Amino acid sequence: MSRRSRERLAAGLFLAPDVLGLALFVGVPMVVCIVLGFFQVDGFGGYTFIGLDNYRRMFADPLFLGSLQTTLLYLVVLIPGLFVVSLALALLIRQKFPLVGLFRGAFFAPNVISLVVIGLIWKFMLTDQTGFAVRVLGFFRISSPSWLGSPHLALWMVVAVTIWFAMGYYMLIFLAGLQDIPREYYEVATIDGASLWQQFRHITWPLLKPTSFFILLTSTVSMLTGGIDLIYVMTSGGPANSTSLIIYYIYEQAFVYGEYGYASAIGAFIVAILLAWSVGLFALTRGGRFNDARD
Amino acid sequence: MPATDPAPAAGAARRPARARTARSGWVRFAVALVLAVAAVFPLLWMVSGAFRTPDDVFSPSLLPAHPTLHNFSYVLTQVPFPRYLLNSLIVAVVVTVVALFFHSMAAYALARLRFPGRDTVFVLIFSTLLITFPVILVPLFLIVHTLGILDSYAGIIIPSIFNAFGIFLLRQFYLSLPKELEEAAIVDGCGYWRVYWKVILPLSRPVFAALAVLFFLANWNAFLWPMVVTTSTDLSLVQVGIAAFQQQHAADWNFSLAASTISALPTLGLFVIFQRRIVESIKTSGFK
Repeated sequence: MSRRSRERLAAGLFLAPDVLGLALFVGVPMVVCIVLGFFQVDGFGGYTFIGLDNYRRMFADPLFLGSLQTTLLYLVVLIPGLFVVSLALALLIRQKFPLVGLFRGAFFAPNVISLVVIGLIWKFMLTDQTGFAVRVLGFFRISSPSWLGSPHLALWMVVAVTIWFAMGYYMLIFLAGLQDIPREYYEVATIDGASLWQQFRHITWPLLKPTSFFILLTSTVSMLTGGIDLIYVMTSGGPANSTSLIIYYIYEQAFVYGEYGYASAIGAFIVAILLAWSVGLFALTRGGRFNDARD
Repeated sequence: MPATDPAPAAGAARRPARARTARSGWVRFAVALVLAVAAVFPLLWMVSGAFRTPDDVFSPSLLPAHPTLHNFSYVLTQVPFPRYLLNSLIVAVVVTVVALFFHSMAAYALARLRFPGRDTVFVLIFSTLLITFPVILVPLFLIVHTLGILDSYAGIIIPSIFNAFGIFLLRQFYLSLPKELEEAAIVDGCGYWRVYWKVILPLSRPVFAALAVLFFLANWNAFLWPMVVTTSTDLSLVQVGIAAFQQQHAADWNFSLAASTISALPTLGLFVIFQRRIVESIKTSGFK
């Protein structure tokens, strides 16, 4: 056997376990998800082809439409909020000062705890009447609302907890981006007398675009599809479905009501949205590679 | 605001630069301190609550009035919590070891071997990152059901192994290695497996350490898939156990907080020990 064909054979064998595994446990499920969206699945494993009925049902289902609206509202507040908070943290601790490593660790610490435990801690702290939040506000003689019991507040509590949980992770990615900006730019700017805001506006922000692009893309994907654990523990989608995000709704439809076909149709819908978002963001920012556009 | 706005520039330049940095250093320090305390406070509150008596659990003071270990002994003896911890340990360790092995093999091929369609294979693998676990939860469940491994260790473990993130990071690392490393070995007649085993794997130790911590954390903290795929409580992983326990004993916060603290201790410990490696691996995952 020639050296070249030996190399090809070796490559195939090295790749085989992961490629087969990814195909079977990611690729095939994706295809099954799309196909299953056209079927009605009954509890005894019977499959009936129903065409687009699941999709028609989706857009006539007030609970689905409600969760779609909730999810949009959630993302519109969460993604920019997370972006700003983690960028601010990264800017705050980018320079060396005493104990900076310890602070970085503190901001990241929530990220190593499971979302089940995170949800549980906050449920405990926000409990009506006896919870920590109620006690603190009570100390200042402010009566607190029912944090997780009010349909107007519960979603924002989930958003706040998610930002608290995820900020350390995105802070680290911003820090990496900041480290790539040559120090000399700031030195020259300082000599020229540029204010901190001017330095941010004209050096940091434009040169941070690739990082920002990456963070917008990945945070949307993970926030749109993650966090079921948090919601499961903290609010179970309630009160009055106010925290029933689409991904939680899919889980409920499939594993509480056994509506596999319907849940798959919604899953395929989410993947389509994610695809559109990624392609759109990519086109809009030319892959984040436009730091040469300025200067 | 134009870049050459002269007004604030003149004002700023008049102040001595060193005094300004020193003062802004202290402001930074103070702000960071307040935020860091706020960030870890809920975790401290959990640990503090785990040592409280039921009467004391809602008290607003940070330290327990009558510290007790009873909550820990309760969840470790009255609830099959040691079993849950053992299950999680087994699953997290097996997934981590097998994933590192498979991913480094795939990454080695993608980074160091030449074969037709290499870029296509890489793009295909990479694109699976967009398809996240929760979205394909239902079909994955049906596939695992078809394979007959529902409600088994295999059912929890096997689908958790395959994730393109690790392949991507390892490939980046292998691309950065100098070519001469394996060339001599290949000229000497070493097979590709020998090169991988004798040259590539030993060099991978630092990146393996970082990835191992990340994989272990992810699997120790996993909840959704283990919950969906298992029905017998003998197979419950620790996060599933905690969530179920909290639902059954909704009023006994002291017990739930003790259980949570136990489950969080290994992850916090790993974090403290491997902080630098974790930070580095997350930074490199930012597409660098």
